[in-house]
Amino acid sequence: MTLTFLNLVVVRGVLVGLLQGSTDVYKSRFAGDIIITNLPKKNYIENSPSIIEIAGNLPWVDKLTYRYVEGASAEANYKTRIDFTEEPDTTAGSVVGINPALEDAATHISNTVVEGRYLTDNDAEGILIGANMLKKYLDIEAPGLTLLENVAIGDKVRLTIGENRKEFVVLGFLQSKVDQIDFRMFILDTTFRNLAGRGDYNVDEIALVLKEGADEQVVKEALMASGVGEYARVQTWFESLPKFLLDIQNTFGLLGNVVGSIGLVVASITIFIVIFVNAITRKKYIGILKGIGIDKTAIEFAYVLQAFFYASVGVLAGMVIVWGFLVPFVAAHPIKFPFSDGILVAEVPNTIVRAVLLIIATLIAGYIPARIVVKQNTLDAILGRK
Amino acid sequence: MIIAKDIVKTFKSGEKELSVLKGISFEVKSGEFLSITGRSGSGKSTLMYQLGLLDVPTSGKVIIDGKDVSDLSTDERTWVRLSDLGYIFQDYALIPELTALENVLIPLMMLGLTLKDAEAKAVKALERIGLGERLGNVPSQLSGGEQQRVSIARAIAHEPKIVFADEPTANLDSETSKVVLQNFIELNREGQTILMVTHEPEYAALTDRIITLSDGMIVSDTINKNKR
Repeated sequence: MTLTFLNLVVVRGVLVGLLQGSTDVYKSRFAGDIIITNLPKKNYIENSPSIIEIAGNLPWVDKLTYRYVEGASAEANYKTRIDFTEEPDTTAGSVVGINPALEDAATHISNTVVEGRYLTDNDAEGILIGANMLKKYLDIEAPGLTLLENVAIGDKVRLTIGENRKEFVVLGFLQSKVDQIDFRMFILDTTFRNLAGRGDYNVDEIALVLKEGADEQVVKEALMASGVGEYARVQTWFESLPKFLLDIQNTFGLLGNVVGSIGLVVASITIFIVIFVNAITRKKYIGILKGIGIDKTAIEFAYVLQAFFYASVGVLAGMVIVWGFLVPFVAAHPIKFPFSDGILVAEVPNTIVRAVLLIIATLIAGYIPARIVVKQNTLDAILGRK
Repeated sequence: MIIAKDIVKTFKSGEKELSVLKGISFEVKSGEFLSITGRSGSGKSTLMYQLGLLDVPTSGKVIIDGKDVSDLSTDERTWVRLSDLGYIFQDYALIPELTALENVLIPLMMLGLTLKDAEAKAVKALERIGLGERLGNVPSQLSGGEQQRVSIARAIAHEPKIVFADEPTANLDSETSKVVLQNFIELNREGQTILMVTHEPEYAALTDRIITLSDGMIVSDTINKNKR
């Protein structure tokens, strides 16, 4: 019964947790609790300085970071390139201008540095490159996908934004399993403004991290009430999740439920067999009990109680294993999937529903065989007649 | 106390019909210790099952304390068995996992007694039968005679109108059988009505009245003036 409960909870928990790991990192490393972005068809958030001020002054906001984002291409090994008939060592993606201190305070992005070091305010010519822009971290061949090869910490790369080009020193590589980091390059905001011609201080993303207990919806509504919605799109982190991620999460949840349902059927059959064998081997005693006047409902109830005992002990043991061991263990040692660090999701309401389902299925599975055996003729049961 | 009126019991086996009881009528008076005896296959156990409401006669009536119980529903028959009748089976019919006390407790609790009252009655019944020291023993820790006496305690604990005993000494040696039968005699002296099925003339001789069956019919119904 414990194993069935684990099957019911853990299979779905791992499947959902696989995506949950992804969405958790998306929130903590990129979106914060609220993410403010460009309106559709706008290149940046107009009136950004005033929006940043409004957002920063909201009482619920704990941390704020803003980002400039532009499409860019990066080229490496251009100084050692001899054969100009060969393709240059380039990649294309987004370059992001950040205030390193603000960004790290809000998203702890420095923790995603896998090689080299994080940016400081003095690194006007430094660049951080997302792991998925490098061949050594994303060793796949896909049509149209070009990645930087043979780039090491301290090497120089040439960044081109529109018509402007500048040489940077590679300070570090970032790997977070979030595309918004792994497929981007990061430079100082001051450098970015000069390179991209953003003298107006208009940014592309503002991420807000709220204080403990603050309601995202309340903050979103406050921002909208302040007129931020006229210049930018305000979303909670969940609303900003890519739709495919939610679709996959729902699909995995459904798959988990299907696998769990099979487990539920198996558990029901197991209990049916256990109770049936138990009741059939005790047919004579059941007959005796009926013979001396024990009501058949009381006998059936005794078997249902037995099934309930099996189920509740199994469920309780399962809950202790899930919440006492598996969830904290997997949280401390996430399952390393290529696209996320999977955790085990076992929300209390969801797990309770599964526990109740298992108990109900067990009670039904216990009642049916008890009823079959109890219904047999009393005298036949006492005398052992078939 | 209990009246059997023209009891017929027929079993069907394929197309054949086998008449085990062929119109049996008699009356058991309150406080009587009656034995039904006869050869194997004479229908004595089948008769006891009809009178004890464990089976339904093909025709005829069973009247207990003036009430016709022949047409009662299954649940009503169960209730009569629980509240008015007591049973002792050949193989003791105790629940192996339960102690002597718990075995006796079951029907009392089913009657709706509180655990405290049921326990008091069960202990009293077991002490009455001389098993006050074996309350906590499970059947496997008791001898055959002791198990049968637990079964007697279970049958009498709720003070039934009549106790049915089906070959109660069949699995016991003669010494133990005598102890069990002595229990019956003492209970009967205290006013308990007992109907016992036995094929042992020696044990039948201990009862007030002996009904002898042969081929599904009463061949003799005698008052035992020489009761030992």
